[in-house]
Amino acid sequence: MTHATWSKSAGLAVLELLRDEPGPVLISLQALQAEFGYIPAEAVAVVANFFNVSRADVHGVLTYYEDLRSTPPLSNEIQICVAEACQAVGSRNLERTVKSEYGEQVRDIFCFGNCALGPAVMVNGTLIGRATLAKIATAIK
Amino acid sequence: MISTKLYIPGDSAAVSVGADEVASEIAKLAEAKGIQIEIIRNGTRGALWLEPLVEVQVGEERIGYGPVNVEDVAGLFEAQFLNGAPHKLGINNVDELPWLAKQDRVTFRRVGIIDPLSMIDYEAHGGLIGLRRALKLSGAEIVAEVLESGLRGRGGAGFPAGVKWKTVLDTQSDIKYLCCNADEGDSGTFADRILMEGDPFTLIEGMVIAAIAVGASQGIVYIRSEYPAAIAKLSAAIAIAYEHGLLGENVIGSNFEFNLKVRAGAGSYVCGEETAMLESIEGKRGVVRSKPPLPAITGLFGKPTLINNVLTFSSVPAIISEGASSYKSRGVSRSLGTQVFQLGGNVKSGGIVETGFGITLGELVSGYGEGTLTGKPVKAVQIGGPLGAYFSTKSYDLSMDYESLLAAGGMLGHGGVVIFDTAVDLAVQAKFAMEFCAIESCGKCTPCRLGSTRGAETIQEIIDGQNVAGNKKLLLDLCEVMSDSSLCAMGGLTPMPVKSAMSNFPEDFENRLAAKV
Repeated sequence: MTHATWSKSAGLAVLELLRDEPGPVLISLQALQAEFGYIPAEAVAVVANFFNVSRADVHGVLTYYEDLRSTPPLSNEIQICVAEACQAVGSRNLERTVKSEYGEQVRDIFCFGNCALGPAVMVNGTLIGRATLAKIATAIK
Repeated sequence: MISTKLYIPGDSAAVSVGADEVASEIAKLAEAKGIQIEIIRNGTRGALWLEPLVEVQVGEERIGYGPVNVEDVAGLFEAQFLNGAPHKLGINNVDELPWLAKQDRVTFRRVGIIDPLSMIDYEAHGGLIGLRRALKLSGAEIVAEVLESGLRGRGGAGFPAGVKWKTVLDTQSDIKYLCCNADEGDSGTFADRILMEGDPFTLIEGMVIAAIAVGASQGIVYIRSEYPAAIAKLSAAIAIAYEHGLLGENVIGSNFEFNLKVRAGAGSYVCGEETAMLESIEGKRGVVRSKPPLPAITGLFGKPTLINNVLTFSSVPAIISEGASSYKSRGVSRSLGTQVFQLGGNVKSGGIVETGFGITLGELVSGYGEGTLTGKPVKAVQIGGPLGAYFSTKSYDLSMDYESLLAAGGMLGHGGVVIFDTAVDLAVQAKFAMEFCAIESCGKCTPCRLGSTRGAETIQEIIDGQNVAGNKKLLLDLCEVMSDSSLCAMGGLTPMPVKSAMSNFPEDFENRLAAKV
């Protein structure tokens, strides 16, 4: 997935499309992340000024939601479900193996709604059922 | 030449085990052999252990093969599967598969059968009858029908839907909202996702009927971000619904206006709690609100808001088209109609089981589920998501309905049933319940925010064999504080898995050190 490079003017162009949305902070941060891959520190003040809310409000939303990131994305994003249904089919063991292989690119997630075909792992947006280390490696290539 | 029609699910569960690859391999081989085929990417039938399930239309029947891997495709062609010929993966007429045939599909009647985005298919299978009827009724008449049906909120709380609808109807306001809670965050639940991917028009129709009933003009479906395929499918369905005049200024030519859009969540479990969801839709941190005021009176942006779960809204078209008495002829006592159970975890034959309330736990786990995937005995079953209780096999006679589960110290929740084999350690699961609460708590109530961390530490001490008796007493006391003094179910129900694990599996909380030596 390729992302645009952040600039204030490019950021404002994204926000302009959301000008009339009620309750715009969360969706504007989601839109900025979709465009630039993350939400740069500078964007917090830009969003706050654009929608006339406090920077604290924007910062609060940015840091509350797991999905929102303030650093550039890694080359691979591996999300492994560690909720109960996947635990029941060994996701904790898989998590350990996958983390020792891929380190910080791995993020714990609670449920993809694939609970009858676990363990469930998502690699760069692609959902894998009955996940194994081998299947994950293939998806990364 | 007549082309053969094939159904290969585009549902994300099926895709996660290779449905896309199977579909393209079949298309490739058919082209190479000069055979005309048409592949329809339907939703899943819900028999998830058979995915990818390939169905071939042969006359009136749909002959199934599953689970099909890419490597099986050449063999299927050799066996003449396009004529419905026998094969080791064959399951004959899918509609006669006992696992499906003995269910009572009402809300899920079209899921897996139709092309999810075909309005022609939707109408051909009974779609829009409810909406057309609703347009001839007054709001109060629709609400009366829903009340009469006995429909209760399928999100987990089980509040009578008609009562909530009446409150919104009776509240005067210039604008009213409809919010569909599709933040299906409970582990072991996936019915909302499968419905939105497999039959999104049913949800849209249910929401339009609800909007007519309560007089709402704006609707929002809040879908968790972990469900990208459901977001895409429902968004596409909404665009098609506008084209067909189901949404917009004049719903099917009437004077009624209703607009609907999708909002994506951002990875917060507690946003499945209705007031936290409203905060999130308003663009804020997903922090729970105090009730009262009820969202039905003061909800989204301070306006009256009808909030229901995906399955609640999706049950409405059938209730309005066939009438309340047909719906409530199913189920038991005050749990009327059908429940969409979801079998997951360590299960051999997992998936969607829609049937009247009152089926027993044993029928679900042993009957439909056929035991564990690993083949070991079942040790524990968690019902109702991460905040639901753990039961042992001694509870197989338990009737699956709201009241019976409550009486047994559990809850139905969103109908998720997660199965564990003998490898599970219930003390570890109890600790996880507390850890999950610590991670996902919105932080508003102290017992939830801090108690969860202290709870996890206390259970770890029990696991380590430190002051077991004293710590168990302390843990129960903590559970009581959390239950009694948290605003929402996050802190209020986290004690349920903990206490049920302690009472139904006491051996896992005793003599931990002795057992290890």
